[in-house]
Amino acid sequence: MAAERFDLIVIGAGPGGYVAALRAAQLGMRVACVEKDKALGGTCLNVGCIPSKALLDSSELYRQAQVGLAAHGITASGVALDLPAMMARKDKVVRGLTQGVAGLFKKNKVEWVVGTARLEQGRRVIVGERTLEAEHVLIATGSEPAPLGGLPFDGERIVSSTEALALARVPERMLVIGAGAVGLELGSVWSRLGAKVTVVEFLDAIVPTMDRGMGAQLERALEKQGLAFRLETSATRGERTERGVRVTLEAKGQTSVEEADVVLVAIGRRPYVEGLGVREAGIALDERGRVRVNERFETSLPGVYAIGDAIPGPMLAHKAQEEGIAAVELMAGVAGHVNYDAIPSVVYTWPELASVGLSEEDAAHRGREVRVGAFPFMANGRARCLAETEGGVKVLVDANTDRIVGLHILGPRASDLIAEAALAVEFAASAEDVARTVHAHPTLPEAVREAALAVAKRALHI
Amino acid sequence: MAFEVRIPTLGESVTEGVIVRWAKQDGEAVKPDDILLELETDKASMELPAERAGVLRIVKAAGEKVAVGELVARIEEDGGARAAAPAAPRQAPAAPEAPKPVPPVPAAPAAPLARAEAEAELVAARAVGPLSPAVRRLLAEHDLDPTLVPASGKGGRLTKEDVLAYLERSARPVRIDVPAAPQPSAALAEGEERVPLSPIRRRIAERLVQAQQTAAILTTFNELDMSAVIALRAEHKERFQKQHGIGLGFMSFFARACIAALRDIPVVNAEIRGDDIIYRKFVHLGVAVGTERGLVVPVLHHAERMSFADIEREIARLAGLARDGKLKLDDLAGGTFTISNGGVYGSLLSTPILNPPQSAILGMHKIEKRPVVLADQIVIRPMMYVALSYDHRLVDGEQAVTFLVRVKERLEDPERLLLDV
Repeated sequence: MAAERFDLIVIGAGPGGYVAALRAAQLGMRVACVEKDKALGGTCLNVGCIPSKALLDSSELYRQAQVGLAAHGITASGVALDLPAMMARKDKVVRGLTQGVAGLFKKNKVEWVVGTARLEQGRRVIVGERTLEAEHVLIATGSEPAPLGGLPFDGERIVSSTEALALARVPERMLVIGAGAVGLELGSVWSRLGAKVTVVEFLDAIVPTMDRGMGAQLERALEKQGLAFRLETSATRGERTERGVRVTLEAKGQTSVEEADVVLVAIGRRPYVEGLGVREAGIALDERGRVRVNERFETSLPGVYAIGDAIPGPMLAHKAQEEGIAAVELMAGVAGHVNYDAIPSVVYTWPELASVGLSEEDAAHRGREVRVGAFPFMANGRARCLAETEGGVKVLVDANTDRIVGLHILGPRASDLIAEAALAVEFAASAEDVARTVHAHPTLPEAVREAALAVAKRALHI
Repeated sequence: MAFEVRIPTLGESVTEGVIVRWAKQDGEAVKPDDILLELETDKASMELPAERAGVLRIVKAAGEKVAVGELVARIEEDGGARAAAPAAPRQAPAAPEAPKPVPPVPAAPAAPLARAEAEAELVAARAVGPLSPAVRRLLAEHDLDPTLVPASGKGGRLTKEDVLAYLERSARPVRIDVPAAPQPSAALAEGEERVPLSPIRRRIAERLVQAQQTAAILTTFNELDMSAVIALRAEHKERFQKQHGIGLGFMSFFARACIAALRDIPVVNAEIRGDDIIYRKFVHLGVAVGTERGLVVPVLHHAERMSFADIEREIARLAGLARDGKLKLDDLAGGTFTISNGGVYGSLLSTPILNPPQSAILGMHKIEKRPVVLADQIVIRPMMYVALSYDHRLVDGEQAVTFLVRVKERLEDPERLLLDV
């Protein structure tokens, strides 16, 4: 059977893959995008970013109705949870967005090929009965939740984020293994909905990859909401019981046992290239199973590229998207580029934690001398109006040049506030630049400006 | 060198305005009298012409609010040449078409000055993209040409980091490479002290050099018998003090004598503006005052309306401000004629230098008793030499000499001041 010819075959329709496909189509390429799931959008849209945010937003409203409205002089009674309705809303959001991607494919004439792809020699891709052939192949297969040795996923009691987004009822006790973004977000969802949540973290801090000081503040905020943390603790074993799971925890040589209805294992994700035949095709992987690429995102097999969670770097949807765009632009002879120093990351707890650039620990590790400016939301007018005064903004600048090298926000809508910081870092702005930029009053971003002023000890409202 | 374009005094009680538009682009070559910008105040709008030729570096963008005296742009007179395309033919700053004495201070909202008829073919320097606020500040503070600073930012933008690095690089050779080299402008020799020029001192320097370069300065002398003035002053001193609360000095006599003489010889109170002579019905009298920051010349506006007491009071007020360093640009601006009293320092004779765009300046000197011949008798009289420096382009020798004689006549017979004859 003759192979179908394309300019580009994208394998995987997650945020990296579908965006790459769209960009390639814009650049005039004939594009096929292979996806094994029945919906487009990958982990992010189906079982990741989007459904978790839908549940975070819903559950935060539920919490506000219970404990937040009173501060505004609103008395609410009979507030009740309709979990199936909440889940249905989440599914509707997901469906709307994945169908949107399908619409975008149609509009841009990207051919959506359903099935599992297998790489063959000569930039051929086999999908079921079909053989596709292209000038360029882009691996955008993403990642999957990493399992934990003593607690293998069973899809019911010991679950990954995928199942934790669709529990049929609120667990009484939930144990979350891993205090990264996924663990804290889903732990927050179920805690708000009524579960007694304990988060277990192997390292000595929650969100260990982010700025330690900000992480510690977030830990206190979440503890106030009822989450319990057990740091420097590892979960070594889990046994099914009648009611749930009995988990053996080890902390500094001390062993203890925790009972939980549901255990969410959220210790990280690992690249997913299952069935793709990368090794057979001769594509080099690194020691952690990630596809090796050069600065043009090309693998060891000429003409085959890879982006996103399948290659090294932070496993973030927006990182994958930028790489996807850059990769196809480079294929098309356009100067694509990803600035890895200016990729924001967000933990969508409440308050939210968002950051871009270096943490204080990163700076110390790199021997970079920095100065710090900080400003609390307690001193921000808008935050007080919102009755959301937890957290604050921290700016790190190069001690000699005033250039912003890191910016961290813990607070209401930090996820939105970080956009200004990313722009500042991308344009190599100095704290003075941000401080000299007019910010509307009264708004939350004023806290960013005040923190920038604080670098030069010029903060006005504290 | 960069010439600073500042907002001139905009008239009484107007302290700020808004730049409505720049008539010239940043980086564009300009020449004297080119309209640079349009300024709007709550009283009037005006156009600000260039005083120098060079490359325009805009500091304040259109739409910005600016105060009187504020720096809005620089005109780079040689730094700009480097920025311009290498092959670009540029006018040297000292080209024959010397800067015309454009009044920095229009007495009334200035009418647009006539543009040069045919614009010379000037090549604009490479334009620099929009700059971040911190970069704008650094460039302004260090008087840097952004085109000279290597840019590392996104899309070729200049970052604060770039400017700081550039400043450090440019500072380093001076500190390291020339430890004791005799480079007078850069390194200090043993026993030398560096004190930055104050803006006021810089302004004085610019104006004096401008005067020397543009005007044809000539000085005429005469001598005064001060007996009558001294006698009159002695007689009424106490009463004057009691009545007006201010001492009666010699300055009010000289001011009144000059104002009267200026009315006799109006050209001495006039100035050249472009191709025209501007005559005035008023006298804005500059009075030189020594301060530790240098000689400053505050102006008695409408001195022709002032009594002796008014003049003394106003001089005392301005001199006080001058010594306290509190003079505003308004106080220094708009003079049409100047009196400089070197006599207080004991000077016997001097040739004062013009205060452009004014056309003349009277120099007073010390009063000393000298033998003079009066009615064929040698008598001892308190005498003072007076000097009038004048711009010979406008003022004829005869007019200058006559002016001085008229001053002399009135001071030797001060009753004439009373009768206005």
